[in-house]
Amino acid sequence: MNLVLGCLAILAVLVAAGWGFRFVGRMSGRALFKDMELATAFGWMLLVFLAMGGVWLFFFVPAAVFFRWAVQGFIVFAIMAFLFRLLGRNVGPNGTRRLFRQMPLTASFGILIIIIYAVLAIFAGVIAPHGQEEVFARVNVLPGGDVAMGGDPAFPLGTDQIGRDLLSRLIYGAQNTVGIAFATTVIAFLLGGTLGFLAATIGGWLDQLLSRMVDVLMAIPSLIFALLLMTIASAWAGSQQQLLTLYMILIIAVIDSTRVYRLARAVGGNIVVMDYIEAAKLRGEGMVYLIFKEILPNATSPLLAEFGLRFCFVFLTIASLSFLGVGIQPPLADWGTMVRDLSQFINFAAFSPLTAALPLMAAGAIALLTVAVNFVVDWMLHRSSGLKE
Amino acid sequence: MGSVTRIVVQRLFLGLLTLFVVSIVIFTAVNLLPGDFAQAILGQGATPEAVESIRRDLGLDQPPITRYFQWLAGAMQGDLGTSFAQANFASFTGTDSGATTVAAQIAPRFANTMFLAGVTAAIAVPVSLTLGILAALYRNSVFDRAANMFTLSSISSPEFFLAYILILFLAVLNPLLPSLSNIYAGMTLGERLERTLLPALTLTLVVTAHMMRMTRAAIINLLASPYIEMARLKGMSPMRVIVRHALPNALAPIINVIALNLAYLITGVVVVEVVFVYPGIGQLFVDSVKIRDIPVVQACCLLFAAAYILLNLTADILSILSNPRLRHPK
Repeated sequence: MNLVLGCLAILAVLVAAGWGFRFVGRMSGRALFKDMELATAFGWMLLVFLAMGGVWLFFFVPAAVFFRWAVQGFIVFAIMAFLFRLLGRNVGPNGTRRLFRQMPLTASFGILIIIIYAVLAIFAGVIAPHGQEEVFARVNVLPGGDVAMGGDPAFPLGTDQIGRDLLSRLIYGAQNTVGIAFATTVIAFLLGGTLGFLAATIGGWLDQLLSRMVDVLMAIPSLIFALLLMTIASAWAGSQQQLLTLYMILIIAVIDSTRVYRLARAVGGNIVVMDYIEAAKLRGEGMVYLIFKEILPNATSPLLAEFGLRFCFVFLTIASLSFLGVGIQPPLADWGTMVRDLSQFINFAAFSPLTAALPLMAAGAIALLTVAVNFVVDWMLHRSSGLKE
Repeated sequence: MGSVTRIVVQRLFLGLLTLFVVSIVIFTAVNLLPGDFAQAILGQGATPEAVESIRRDLGLDQPPITRYFQWLAGAMQGDLGTSFAQANFASFTGTDSGATTVAAQIAPRFANTMFLAGVTAAIAVPVSLTLGILAALYRNSVFDRAANMFTLSSISSPEFFLAYILILFLAVLNPLLPSLSNIYAGMTLGERLERTLLPALTLTLVVTAHMMRMTRAAIINLLASPYIEMARLKGMSPMRVIVRHALPNALAPIINVIALNLAYLITGVVVVEVVFVYPGIGQLFVDSVKIRDIPVVQACCLLFAAAYILLNLTADILSILSNPRLRHPK
């Protein structure tokens, strides 16, 4: 009750402050203040209030460790994105320079993060200090590397219940989780794209048949359907865990290819009615030529944006499945499974913030990549549509 | 009015047809399992006679088509079969408490999930509409940009990330709310709300972002129309222009988005229920998937699909009803 009253009191004070701010501003006779609405003035006051609260938390509250980390992380990433954009503007061929010149900071942040993840995923074996399946004698080492606290400098993020190095598993997670999601998206695109373009070019009964099948598959929520099929796949795979991961890739690829099919068919349908397709048909070109040389080059930009978004969905679905315990199987290191296994550590937040941050690191690694891809796709769509808003 | 009823009846029929086909898909998928239910219950060391007798009891010796129609007829009457795990447990302990049917297992959990979805919708819909209108009103301002970045990040984070962040700040560091939602019969509404609030807040974060972006886009789409220009030139305040003139015309896409997001809640609920150990239908579904309790998986899947189809259907019908051009087709 007191909390609600306190919030109301703060709001009232902020409205009064906004009114006062505008009143004082009007004394100076600037047009800006004359046209200012009370709501805008209130907004500025709210911003000042939040900024002051943030500064107070950052400098004067020793317990707000997580807040401090979040702010530091935000600032570091912002500076990195800015430097990366600066680099892109001055180095490289003219084409990329022009691209970087119009780029918002969010998009350059996205590209930077994607590059970092790609490097981590490709060179995981070189970067990670230990192997992902390597089991050490020291179990449950605390993170931080401080011997007095129960840490070990050899394991900067500690080890898990059976003694595997968590830093290495985090790095290998990039390879496994991102790699599997990427492979799944590629399969979904090959399947959905091919069928969609075929349906658009041939039309008739094939189009009807495929479209109705896709309609039915899309009527079942995708995560639920994936879980149902994973039950069956786990019975088929038996004790062969690697096979289950393979089945998961196929299942999610098929489920997600329905969405790709829809888009490819719609885009293809618009292209097929063009005159140059007619001309190619009259020239006597075959179906393969039509799809790969005429339709595909003209459908690249919507498909590319869709690829980014689809990758995010697939990535999140796989992470959710792994988190629920039916996705990527051990001994492969994977972020979703790590979050589930380490989730209990969150209760130690008051005593050892770094330990509590472990599950958040794995979950944050997932979130960071999807946010980055979304930022880039957002910018690409904005650019290709020429939207002003 | 005649054409409206016809459209609505037509859509309802289409929805039923979809549900029917979906039930066939689910049934076929489950029947792709190697071995059958009887072996699944008894395990590998079962004698052939025992397997045979269970197959007869469960009607597994009949052809698949007969079984499908029996299952469908049962499902229509609320009889979804017997849960393997519960039947096993009952025969192991020798007690038959009557809770071995799937329907008896699902019913209380379904009510819990509906409660969670209801609380989420009650928070998310007003908040996201207000924020969406504000973002459209102050578009391209600092507020709009911050909201855009925040919503994009919260859409693209996995649900469990948001859930654990909320647990960290609201349950562990500042113990305001319980991080485990153990709900049982006979709780007062206040207690129940308190236990439900954290999962509901997580779902709200996910859903609000989407709804707010859509509301903003729907309103901004309309702002270029001549009648909005007219209202502005008349000297109306921007707030009044949006609330009186833009909002009623943006209603159709907004209603659509609300219904679609409620449909999204159905899948989001699974992960969030597992994080908070909320005794809802999503938790039951995941548990059944892990122990391969097929009748429960089948029933939950059908239920989720039915809810999903129903909400999509509602979105469809409401958007027809709210648009005069669709209501009176030429």
